[in-house]
Amino acid sequence: MTSAAPRLVSGRIGDVVARADGGPKVKGEFAYASDLSAAGMLWGHTLRSPFAHARIRSIDLTAALTMPGIHAVLTHGDVPGQKCYGLEFADQPVLAIDRVRYFGEAVALVAAEHPEQARRAAERIVVDYEPLEPVVDAERAVEQDPLHPDAPTMGHGYRRDPRPNVVRSIVIRHGDPNVEGDVAISGVYDVGIQDQAFLGPESGLAVPDGEGGIDVYVATQWLHVDRDQVAPCLDLRPEQVRIHLAGVGGAFGGREDLSIQIHGAMLALHTGRPVKMVYSREESFVGHVHRHPARIWAEHRANRDGKLVCVRMRILLDGGAYASSSTAVTSNAASFACGPYAVENALIESTCVYTNNPPCGAMRGFGAVQTCFAAEAQMDRLAAELALDPVELRLRNALAPGDVLPTGQRVTGSMPVAEVIRRCAALPVPEPEALPRDPIRLPGGAGNVTRGQGVSRGVGFAVGFKNICYSEGFDDFTAARVRLFLDARGELAAEVHCAAAEVGQGVTGVIAQVARTELELDEVTLAPHTTATVGSAGSASASRMTWMAAGAVQLACRAAKAELERRGELGAGDEIDLERVYRHERTTPLDPETGQITGERAHVAFACAAMRVVVETDVELGLTRVVWIGTAQDVGKALNPQAVTGQIEGGTAQGLGLALMEEIRTSDGLITNASFTDYLLPTALDMPPVVSDLVEDPEPGAPYGLKGVGEPPTVVSTAAVVSALRAATGRALTRVPVRPDDIVGL
Amino acid sequence: MTRVRVEVNGTAVEREVEPRLLLSDFLRHDLGLTGTHVGCEHGVCGACTVLLDGASARSCLMLAVQCDGLSVTTVEGLARNGELHPVQAAFREAHALQCGFCTPGFVMAVTALLEERRGEKLSDDEVREALAGNLCRCTGYQNIVRAVQIAAGSEG
Repeated sequence: MTSAAPRLVSGRIGDVVARADGGPKVKGEFAYASDLSAAGMLWGHTLRSPFAHARIRSIDLTAALTMPGIHAVLTHGDVPGQKCYGLEFADQPVLAIDRVRYFGEAVALVAAEHPEQARRAAERIVVDYEPLEPVVDAERAVEQDPLHPDAPTMGHGYRRDPRPNVVRSIVIRHGDPNVEGDVAISGVYDVGIQDQAFLGPESGLAVPDGEGGIDVYVATQWLHVDRDQVAPCLDLRPEQVRIHLAGVGGAFGGREDLSIQIHGAMLALHTGRPVKMVYSREESFVGHVHRHPARIWAEHRANRDGKLVCVRMRILLDGGAYASSSTAVTSNAASFACGPYAVENALIESTCVYTNNPPCGAMRGFGAVQTCFAAEAQMDRLAAELALDPVELRLRNALAPGDVLPTGQRVTGSMPVAEVIRRCAALPVPEPEALPRDPIRLPGGAGNVTRGQGVSRGVGFAVGFKNICYSEGFDDFTAARVRLFLDARGELAAEVHCAAAEVGQGVTGVIAQVARTELELDEVTLAPHTTATVGSAGSASASRMTWMAAGAVQLACRAAKAELERRGELGAGDEIDLERVYRHERTTPLDPETGQITGERAHVAFACAAMRVVVETDVELGLTRVVWIGTAQDVGKALNPQAVTGQIEGGTAQGLGLALMEEIRTSDGLITNASFTDYLLPTALDMPPVVSDLVEDPEPGAPYGLKGVGEPPTVVSTAAVVSALRAATGRALTRVPVRPDDIVGL
Repeated sequence: MTRVRVEVNGTAVEREVEPRLLLSDFLRHDLGLTGTHVGCEHGVCGACTVLLDGASARSCLMLAVQCDGLSVTTVEGLARNGELHPVQAAFREAHALQCGFCTPGFVMAVTALLEERRGEKLSDDEVREALAGNLCRCTGYQNIVRAVQIAAGSEG
């Protein structure tokens, strides 16, 4: 080591650490993507399709080009390179070519001196559309004319499915799916379209470098995969496109796909000037993919003692117009269809189709939310049928290490399902509140003008689980680079480079904690997140970023420390600078015909959560108040307990939103509620306090034994809230969001 | 164009503006005060909340010319001599933010609330009712309520 003795460090792994960006964020100094500006900057705007499905006969730019302040009006003919892009399959045109497939599809771009000039010029672009019959019913889509006749997602190791408009279908056949039990419960469940509704709309700034390349400052979840999609469309080499993370106002999966990246860069390269683009809230609703709406047919067979003997489930997901990450969502929905239960026999079919509805892709929970809602409703009904306590029924079937999943994968790591159930069930539920009372504590709040005569209380319970990290053979890795040097005072300091996207979850704090712990140093700084100085971090998705970034930073720090020990000390001006790449244990694809594993595992690890919810429902008015939520979550090891409980509370709120109020409504494929007036988000009055119990059962293969924590609360909370609503109302409530009409029985 | 004279964070400002210019755009684009965020453009999310003569207001629902002669406080105007305002300090301490996009709006709304109810003890229900006009997508509000109680002196 250097002459300076190692000092006591604060902010290590396991400590409660205040956010490093907390100061700038509370002061209004943190620069979000929408806050950026550059000298000589122009404003970009996107003209979007007013139709869900139409042929484009012609586009006339003449009038738009003569408008004041206009510097460029671009269409598909101006895309310099590859005309289509996509997160997994390049099936989406950068700008519509001869056909639009969804409401809000990008058709043309405008750059102007002022954003209003750009908007007005876009209105003067004349697009001659021939409206076509939209494909809007997912069940009928497999019999209608294909929206993508070249079937871009077929032939990638997936099951062969010749039906038109199938994005992917998967069948998991486990044991003997024809086994009968003493009882059988069947039901059909529906999930509406949920929006990520991050508060900071899509935005970014594209700056030409004067040598043909481009710097794009953008709010995103995965810098390097943005670059890899942008560069070919611009006909540039990857190193000519540098993607830099601008301040991200929430993500939740909705920033995995590109928004302004190619469009802004095209306008900037065309005009030779920096171009800024900011979506309005209305545009944001069509500017990113949503959670897949689903219809699920489920049958659960069990013996009298409550033991599940067979689960059969058919899942139909509407992927909308383009593939996005639908193939992975389809598989995830199937993988987690049975819930965290040991079931020896199962038949699960999951299909995602192309339609002219809004495109769907990643959102927190990624396929497991929809199936958890259906499976947990089934478990409640099974408990009622068998006259068993719902918690006891779940305990009797709880998945444990050593058990085999329907894909044939044996659980080798941590799987404390019984523990989270017991710990959650042990949380004290508040006593019922007396009536009459302050209207603010009635369902509907001040809007409830009764004295509470119709109020009925219900307590619900649910359990859910999900994979952590990418699965099915994906080469999932994260790079980190560490630089050790002597600072101005001659003391050892470290700079860490990692492209892990800070989207609000706090991964920058985790990176600093890991570096301080490993290097035993206080002086740790994080370099800006960019593709320019370090390798890919992968996506801030799949509850993987903390695990993967911690793994990579740990590796790089240990290597840097070993190098420092080898050298003995650093002199002034000396430095150690090295990069390491971390990979979790390899996964392999599922067999396309049987849905069974082809190696040791398709998923690297799992996290589970149990949740108990108390609701009060006014069964006459159809109004609901969620009174209390208690949850126990399997977190492996809490690196920063305060941040972990923050994730649980926020994730729970999003699941509550899907249960009670959040839905993108469409009519013939057109979104009819693209605003926060009409798409409702939970407020501080909708969201009760959450009691969170952290279950620390270390994951053997993960750095420090940690697990990702972002998704399990969202997976389980929708199911748990509706379970409580069923208890309060006595109604089946097979669709989310539950509407007042469903509660009243209209 | 119309002349508008306002006091912004204690400094007199005089500008020629289009009568249709929104206060939020005036603050963000004309004055470069980007701490006031725009999340929905129609008064639902509250991210653009500022103080007008001490009372909270949605800057996306107002015109700059309506503020002529008034005092505007934005999130940038709260800290004094490099010290965070107690509401800012409480939000930071209580982990009352994740992505932070909604934070300036909450901080301004809470500042107005605590000024109006100075010296009173607020119940969590009262805090939640007061905050129901601001949306947060990340936190589930629990730590925001706690931050308000810390700032109000009800919790240490």
